[in-house]
Amino acid sequence: MSDMRTPLSRVRGLGSAKKGTEHFFMQRVTALANIPLMLFLVGALVVHAGSDYATMTAFLGNPFIGLIMLLLIVSAVYHMRLGLQVVIEDYIHGEASKLLALIANQFFAFTIGVACILAVLKLVIG
Amino acid sequence: MVEIALPANSKIDKGVVHAAEGTIANPRTLKIYRWNPDDEANPRVDTYTIDADDCGPMVLDALIKVKNEVDSTLTFRRSCREGICGSCAMNIDGQNTLACTKGLDDVKGDIAIYPLPHMPVIKDLVPDLSNLYAQYESIEPWLKTDTPTPQGEWKQSKEDREQLDGLYECILCACCSTSCPSYWWNSDKYLGPAVLLQAYRWLADSRDEKTGERLDDLEDPFRVYRCHTIMNCAKACPKGLSPAKAITEIKKMMVERTV
Repeated sequence: MSDMRTPLSRVRGLGSAKKGTEHFFMQRVTALANIPLMLFLVGALVVHAGSDYATMTAFLGNPFIGLIMLLLIVSAVYHMRLGLQVVIEDYIHGEASKLLALIANQFFAFTIGVACILAVLKLVIG
Repeated sequence: MVEIALPANSKIDKGVVHAAEGTIANPRTLKIYRWNPDDEANPRVDTYTIDADDCGPMVLDALIKVKNEVDSTLTFRRSCREGICGSCAMNIDGQNTLACTKGLDDVKGDIAIYPLPHMPVIKDLVPDLSNLYAQYESIEPWLKTDTPTPQGEWKQSKEDREQLDGLYECILCACCSTSCPSYWWNSDKYLGPAVLLQAYRWLADSRDEKTGERLDDLEDPFRVYRCHTIMNCAKACPKGLSPAKAITEIKKMMVERTV
């Protein structure tokens, strides 16, 4: 082995990042928020199964329904971004490919999130 | 990326079959992983059949019998033979455990014996644990104080002492860490269940005065937060401890000082 560093030097590496708790905490907070929000979404979809386009746009255009939808989008997309970050960190070990994947994850989450928010706002504000 | 297939030089070949001599009363068959760094050969699984009636009750007894009577090249670590030194940790019947506390009767059929998973192998059943030992050293597993050492001893209430129950019993056999998929994928940065249980043992010690610094050193997306509560650690521990619970306690301390 060409690496002649001591095991302790390798283990200490660049030191502690001194963060990670907020990620851990927010993943659980968004998970908690997702429970009622997702239940509402599923309930709403069941109730409106077979409804026509006009009924759906009117339903989602209601400011209170729109508010719940916006909360759901923010919470679910945030949760998705945090979760995917963990998956990337777990399984992608090349520093360059990991960095690229983490950046792609950010871009993807923001794009999806903003697109969904735009759609709801268009229905609510008209 | 994760390697799905084993590299060519790690593929396990069919090994030598050491049949029992003559007729034996109570035959048990051991299938043991063998790898020798001194030849170019791939690892193999050798088969040994022994008479369990002429052998102690534990898997370690059978291994010692094989080494003494059948094949002296078989290499494994052992010392105390009573579950307190942790030397004979290995994968028996698909589960990381101590050979000295695992009974032959606990396993039905052939007894498959491999080294602890996902560690570099030094020879046969002997894994290279130097990374784990360095990780243990990195958490500075000793009492750290600023207050001058008192005459006599550092005192601790009965209740505070009880906080160390379920922690101090850890013998660092590495059964838990080497059963953890998260540790398999990221053992270079993730400290793993054994070392984190030890880290919590010092966080939970009422006499220690460096709790904050210890938490600072641990708070890291990789050092602690690779734990995804898979729980293999608690299942594997031959001492019946729960590293997963200790790690949860560390996370609770982290959250407590943040919110």
